[in-house]
Amino acid sequence: MVEKYKKQYGSGLEAQSYLGQNYFTVDRSLIPDFLKLLRDDEQFDYCVDITATHYPKREKQFDVFWILYSFARNERIRVKTQIADGESLPSSFPIWPTADWLEREVFDMFGIKFDGHPCLKRILLPDGWQGFPLRKDYGILQQDKEWVQINLGIESGQ
Amino acid sequence: MNELKDKSLPHEVSPSNLGSSNLDLDTPDKPYLDSNELIINMGPQHPATHGVLRVILKLDGEKVLGTECVIGYLHRGVEKIAENRTYTMFNPYVDRMDYVAAVSNGLGYCQAVEKLLNIEAPPRANYIRVILTELNRLASHQIWLGTHALDIGAMTPLFYTFRDREEILKIFEKYCGARLTTHAFRIGGCQYELYNGFEKDVKNFLSFFPPKMDEYEALLTGNRIWIDRTKNVGMLSAKDAIALGVTGPMLRASGVKWDIRKAIPYANYKDFDFEVPIGQNGDTYDRYLVRMQEMRQSCRIIEQAVNGIPEGPIMAKVPKVIKPPVGEIYHSIEAPKGELGYFIVSDGSTQPYRVRVRPPSFVNLQALDTMVKGQLVADVVAVIGTIDIVLGEVDR
Repeated sequence: MVEKYKKQYGSGLEAQSYLGQNYFTVDRSLIPDFLKLLRDDEQFDYCVDITATHYPKREKQFDVFWILYSFARNERIRVKTQIADGESLPSSFPIWPTADWLEREVFDMFGIKFDGHPCLKRILLPDGWQGFPLRKDYGILQQDKEWVQINLGIESGQ
Repeated sequence: MNELKDKSLPHEVSPSNLGSSNLDLDTPDKPYLDSNELIINMGPQHPATHGVLRVILKLDGEKVLGTECVIGYLHRGVEKIAENRTYTMFNPYVDRMDYVAAVSNGLGYCQAVEKLLNIEAPPRANYIRVILTELNRLASHQIWLGTHALDIGAMTPLFYTFRDREEILKIFEKYCGARLTTHAFRIGGCQYELYNGFEKDVKNFLSFFPPKMDEYEALLTGNRIWIDRTKNVGMLSAKDAIALGVTGPMLRASGVKWDIRKAIPYANYKDFDFEVPIGQNGDTYDRYLVRMQEMRQSCRIIEQAVNGIPEGPIMAKVPKVIKPPVGEIYHSIEAPKGELGYFIVSDGSTQPYRVRVRPPSFVNLQALDTMVKGQLVADVVAVIGTIDIVLGEVDR
């Protein structure tokens, strides 16, 4: 599988393994084609999770992960890509419907936009909230003071 | 009239017709109210939503046309807290997510960090872990059964299950001092040695519990009202279940024989002999049967484990200061509600760079819309009960 895709995509794709867990690091331009290939040709029909990590010091600030599982192969893999702040990714909702809420959560927590998502709005935080809490530059005690004062009628939520 | 009916909801234009449960109520140029359509609000303070879940229902008479879940009322930012605590300090926090299955949460987290450190818990610790986790699965399923039956109108099972769950909580309390948020495990093994009489307590429970299960089943399994309220309600096909990422008893009730304890065994589950019960129709009744059989299988696992606890240490050699090397790891276990995964990124320091929890309830709840569409409004309550959500885990 790895060789086949290496030949097809060349330097845009790298296959790695850490502690026995395999993952692909792919170029942003290969999303969502590569994900679609994994589902259709390699039977990765269950999207376990979509999540991200923030590295504020890097030029491309975000790592986005798709964790996939194949019932037929009993195998789990990860796909990882890097994007810059403000860049968006194509939604994988057409590939796995479960991506709906998972992508909404990534948007809610990191502010990463997914093009083609049917309704990309906040899911855990209230709709009017400012800021994205899981970014590294968002402090642990930080909050949207204005939202708290207007909606809860108190000085601070702490 | 027809034109109004043709105005599609977002989930109806999507290719697979699944997943997106957004009613799009705010769009002014899109009339969403037909003469006999009604939008009503359920929750967040509603006894049948198992916490603070709010569901907006779009109804045509008694028929549900669509739903939208509004969640986040219990959001505490567990993932953010993790980034500001050491690996050891974060351990008790995971108990507060799925608080009716705290032991499972702890097991998943401890094993994920162990994997990152490349250590393994000793065999004796694994046996203790399996016994406590399976006991916790029983406790969690008992809460599910009691509340689910109560929502549908059967009040007796609630008293029965809570009475019997007490026996499990007593074992937890004797073992680690806590009943609910147990913090039973540590990274590398268990902190506490088994107390004197632990085996006896567990064996007593094993002889006490199966007759109680017969009691529950006598109340419900053949009960005409129960069957009418659950059969063919909230159907979920295997294909839809996989596409929606549904796991645990819900997936198995749809006919997919998949259990992480068998597929990707962790701890020492491969040493035990147990069946993975599956259903055929993927309706609420099948999910009830699957969970009931699962409880009996858990008893089998506990029985084998308690008779084979080996001697030896209960802690692996773990450095005083936990500093995993740079890397990422994903580890998941079969929690009572489905696949509970931890994705941990280490930057080589004493605090995790990122902890992502893959919550089973959150993903399973997404299937609500698919399951209740076209059903009656009274069935929404039955379906919320059958998903077995814990809002502490949905919102984290």
